[in-house]
Amino acid sequence: MSRHYSAFSVFREGLRGHKGWAPLWRSPAPQDAYDVIIIGGGGHGLATAYYLAKNHGVRKVAVIEKGWLGGGNTGRNTTVIRSNYFYPESTQLYDLSVRLYEKLSRDINYNVMFSQRGMMVLTHSEAEMEIASRTVNAMQINGVDAELLDVKDVQKKAPILNYRSDARYPIHGAIYQGRGGTGRHDAVAWGYARAADQHGVDIIQNCEVTGFIIEGGVCKGVETTLGKIRSDRIGVAVAGHSSVLAEMGGYSLPIHSYALQAFVTEAIKPVMDTVAFSPMTGSYFSQSDKGGLVIGGGLDRIPSYAQRGNTPMQETVLSGIIEMAPALAKVKLLRHWAGNVDVSPDSSPLIGPSGTEGIYINCGWGTGGFKAIPGGGYVFAHLLATGQHHDISRPFDPDRFRTGRLLDEAAGSGIAH
Amino acid sequence: MQRFPCPFCGLRDEREFRFAGEAGKTRPDTTQEVSDKEWANYLFFCKNAKGPTCEIWVHTTCQEYFVMERDSATMEVLDTTPMRKDVA
Ligand SMILES: Cc1cc2nc3c(=O)[nH]c(=O)nc-3n(C[C@H](O)[C@H](O)[C@H](O)COP(=O)(O)OP(=O)(O)OC[C@H]3O[C@@H](n4cnc5c(N)ncnc54)[C@H](O)[C@@H]3O)c2cc1C
Ligand SMILES: [Zn+2]
Repeated sequence: MSRHYSAFSVFREGLRGHKGWAPLWRSPAPQDAYDVIIIGGGGHGLATAYYLAKNHGVRKVAVIEKGWLGGGNTGRNTTVIRSNYFYPESTQLYDLSVRLYEKLSRDINYNVMFSQRGMMVLTHSEAEMEIASRTVNAMQINGVDAELLDVKDVQKKAPILNYRSDARYPIHGAIYQGRGGTGRHDAVAWGYARAADQHGVDIIQNCEVTGFIIEGGVCKGVETTLGKIRSDRIGVAVAGHSSVLAEMGGYSLPIHSYALQAFVTEAIKPVMDTVAFSPMTGSYFSQSDKGGLVIGGGLDRIPSYAQRGNTPMQETVLSGIIEMAPALAKVKLLRHWAGNVDVSPDSSPLIGPSGTEGIYINCGWGTGGFKAIPGGGYVFAHLLATGQHHDISRPFDPDRFRTGRLLDEAAGSGIAH
Repeated sequence: MQRFPCPFCGLRDEREFRFAGEAGKTRPDTTQEVSDKEWANYLFFCKNAKGPTCEIWVHTTCQEYFVMERDSATMEVLDTTPMRKDVA
C-alpha cells in the first residue's frame, strides 16, 4: 500500500510491478446524515470539502456527484491559471487561489503540475497598449506581479506568433503575468479528492441530487438517487447546473448556462512555453507537456445545456488561432469537446447564502473557475463552517445584484473568462 | 451548423440570430415605487431552464423579433411565434 506519494514510492512500486497502488479514495455508501453536504464533485466541491475538514475540523462531510469526479468543467477546461484582474476584490480572490496553487502539490501530496510558465494578454494597437498599462498598474497596485511587454519582449517569449507588419491584428505588446501558467485539471480534482478522503470526507459518485428536503421553509437535506441524506448545511457547487438546483431549492439565480468549447491538437515539438491570449480574436493557446496545443476561446452564442459545441464558434476560435500563429494552420486537431459553464451578469462568481435557509451557493465562475478552485474552495468552506463570509468572499455575495455593487470584470479587466 | 426558423424569412443559418432574453418578463411599472429586489429580478435573475424553454429571439438580418420555444438540452426547436401584431 502506497499511501504517501514520493519519488521513493514511485521507485519502490516500479520494482514491484506497480501492484501496490491503492485506490485514491474510498467509495462509501452514503450515511443517513452529515454536518455538511456538498453537491458537485468538481474542483470547487472537492476543494471545499477538503478545507472544511482540514481548516475547520468539520467531521462529517459528504461530496455528492451525479457522475464521476471532475467529469464536469473541471476535467474539460484549458487549465489556465492567473490572477490578472482589475478590481481589488477580484485580485484578492484569484490571487489567494494562485498562492494556494503554488503550494498545493505539497499540501495535498499530489502533483497538480502547476507550471508557472506565464500568461500574456496581447495588445494589437496603441490604444490597447494604453489600456494594458492601466491594467498592469491596477494589478501592481493590487499587489500582483504584472509586466507590460513591448513587441520585442513578446517575440522573445513566444516566437511562434505572427509578427508581420501586415498582420490583420499586429502585435504591439502584452500584459504579462509571470506567476500565471497552467495546471493538470484531473490531478486537481483527484488530488483534492484523495486529500479530502484522507481527512474522512465521504465521496459519493454516481449519485444525483434530485431534490431538497425542505421543512418549514428550511433546507434539511437532499433527495438523491441513492435515497435521502440529511444535513443542515448544504453547499451547491454544480457550475452549469446551478439553475437546475436553484429551481429544486426554491431560490433563483442570475445565471445563464452556455457551452464552452476547447480543442487539442496532435502532439508537435515544443513551440510555445507560455500562454497567449488575444482579446481581439478571443482565442488563446498553450502547449501541454505531451506536445498538444491546448486551444480555447469564447462562449458559444446560444444559452444551452448541451455538453457539445457548435461549428460557428469552432470556426471563430480556430481562425483566431491561425491569425495569431499562421504557422499552426496545418496542425491537426485531435480532440474537441465542450463543457457547460455558468455565466453571471458581471462575469464574477456568486458565493453566499442562496436565499433558502440552509443552502449556500458557489457558482458563476463561467469560463474561468479552474484557476479559482483552491481559493473558491477555501472561502466557501469558511462560509459553510461558520455561516459567515470570509472577508474575501463577501463582495461576491449574490446580494450585489440588489445593491448594484457589481464587480464587472468583463469590462474591468477586458478579459474573457 | 444549426438552422433556426424566422417566422418572416423561414429557415436560416444560426449565426443570423440572437438570443434576446427569456419570454414573460415584464418591466416594472416605473410610475409606481419599485423595490431593489424587483429591479434586480427584472434585470438579472432568470429561469435558465434545462429542457423546454420559451425565449425571445431576433433575426438580425430582417429585425424580426419572435418567441422561440426550444429544448435547451437537445437544441431542438419546438415552435416559433411572431411577436408582431398585424396593423388593423
Ligand atoms: C472548455 C472550457 C475551458 C475552460 N478553460 C478554463 C481555463 O483555462 N482556466 C480557468 O480558470 N477556467 C477555465 N474553464 C472554467 C472552469 O473549468 C470552471 O469554471 C470550473 O472547472 C468549475 O468548477 P466547478 O467545480 O464549479 O464545476 P464542475 O467541474 O463543472 O463540477 C460540477 C459538478 O456538479 C455535478 N452535478 C451537477 N448536477 C448535479 C446533481 N444534481 N447532483 C450531483 N452532482 C451534480 C456535475 O456532474 C459536475 O461534476 C473552462 C471551462 C471550459 C468548459
Ligand atoms: Zn427574418
